[in-house]
Amino acid sequence: MIQAIPDWFATEAGQFALFSALKILGVFAVVMFIVAYAVWVERRTAAFIQDRVGPNRVGPLGLLQPVADAIKSFLKEDFTPAHVRKAYYWLAPAIVMIPSLLIVAIIPFGSLLGNQKMVVADLNVGILYTFGIVSLGVYGIVLAGYAARSKYPLIGGLRSCAQMISYEIAMGMAIIPLFLIAGGFDAQQLSAAWQKLLAGASSLNLGRLVAWQAMHGWLILYAPLSFVIFLAAMFAETNRMPFDLPESEQELAGGYNVEYSSMKFALFFMGEYANMAAAAALMTTLFLGGWSLPVAGLSQPATTILAGLLHIAIFLGKMCFVIFMVIWVRWMWPRFRYDQLMDLGWRRFIPLALANIVATAAVLWVRT
Amino acid sequence: MIVERKKLNLWERLYLPAVIGGFKVSLRHFFKKKVTMQYPEERWVVPEGYRGAPYLVKDQDGNTKCVSCQLCEFVCPPKAIRITPPGPAGAMADRPNAEKMPREFEINMLRCIFCGFCQEVCPEEAIFLMRDYSLTGISRPEMIYNKEKLLALGGVHQDKIGKWQRKACEARAQGLDP
Repeated sequence: MIQAIPDWFATEAGQFALFSALKILGVFAVVMFIVAYAVWVERRTAAFIQDRVGPNRVGPLGLLQPVADAIKSFLKEDFTPAHVRKAYYWLAPAIVMIPSLLIVAIIPFGSLLGNQKMVVADLNVGILYTFGIVSLGVYGIVLAGYAARSKYPLIGGLRSCAQMISYEIAMGMAIIPLFLIAGGFDAQQLSAAWQKLLAGASSLNLGRLVAWQAMHGWLILYAPLSFVIFLAAMFAETNRMPFDLPESEQELAGGYNVEYSSMKFALFFMGEYANMAAAAALMTTLFLGGWSLPVAGLSQPATTILAGLLHIAIFLGKMCFVIFMVIWVRWMWPRFRYDQLMDLGWRRFIPLALANIVATAAVLWVRT
Repeated sequence: MIVERKKLNLWERLYLPAVIGGFKVSLRHFFKKKVTMQYPEERWVVPEGYRGAPYLVKDQDGNTKCVSCQLCEFVCPPKAIRITPPGPAGAMADRPNAEKMPREFEINMLRCIFCGFCQEVCPEEAIFLMRDYSLTGISRPEMIYNKEKLLALGGVHQDKIGKWQRKACEARAQGLDP
């Protein structure tokens, strides 16, 4: 009986289960770490931009601030107002967290480590899955707004709904040119490492998109317009400044999370940052070449453990850069007015994204 | 007043000037010297004439200056001061010839609003608002400062007029025993 467990782990299914569990654990830990420290970075950056110093008391440079925040959140009274819809009220904070974690699951965060592909779920529907999940992201917020049964959260939830729907279309359309560009390359005459990495990958696979970028250069150079549209849509999808209308502290007093306290509030907060991390990971994968770096042979799949770890570090570095940029933007720009936001989404970005698809397709057609 | 809205040209409508401008401003401030004072370690210089906590003072000879007239008690807007006079059979004042001194003098620092009326009204220059601004305690009774504590915190105030000494001199000049 006891011997059966190691035996099972030696089988192919066992190996898959074991390494998947390890990868899930690793990715989850890293995402949670990034979420915790993104808050710290945000507060410090905000303070520095505003000529202050920010949290610097807990531990060296205030680096233990996330720990203090977590303890505080846990110890606070978890108050449920009498007027809320209880079931939804309890459900909403959990739902906020889940989509971002699901998105991270299909991000190829490295090339190979030993024999393992550095991606939790190497889905062939790749990007379609991403957009399926991204559209779920709004549910947590809308549900929170609905459950609270008071006006500010409701307005926040409604805004979030309208905003996410309008920007999702532009976001999805902005991605199409990438797959048009990267779609037509032949995986047959590649090295063994590439073969291993790309075995059975369809043209919608994110790993394959990264592979294309590693070979031909980052897609931000090929589709800058897509990048701009995706960037703006990313800000809107993650409810970040300058599109943070669902929250808009000044007018809605925090929007959808007004009625929440303690750990439930903290979950919304973490959900926002997890969303940001997921969006940054997606952006790195789609536009910034994922784990590849066009120097010192780092755009080839790793054959050694060291190179594999280096690829993961490169991915995390790019991701952190995107997160930092998103944080910086928050303290740089004022919020868009609601009608401007809608106008930008429907009347600028969607036609622009459509034109971008047509133009890209035309250029590709002419060149072949 | 009606603010004329300037028509934006294409370059401005692209949002890029705003991006660059915002980035320049935030970058400048990011590396600017910070204005935050690390409070418990660094402290600001309390300016002259600052109205901090009111304390009782002694004169240079070590006598309690307060004569228990209770004007400060009456003028105190939040009723933070409570004076217990010595009564007819109470202890004599420290100084010879002075009328009397309080048996007990309490200031409730939780009630005090640091208005300085007590200092203004005091005919004896016995109470002053000093430099202390950060009064803390872990209980309410602890924040009621008694006479002993107030005198210890207040220290010595140089009494240049010497009103009561002069009165004693006058009395002696008239052949009276002060």
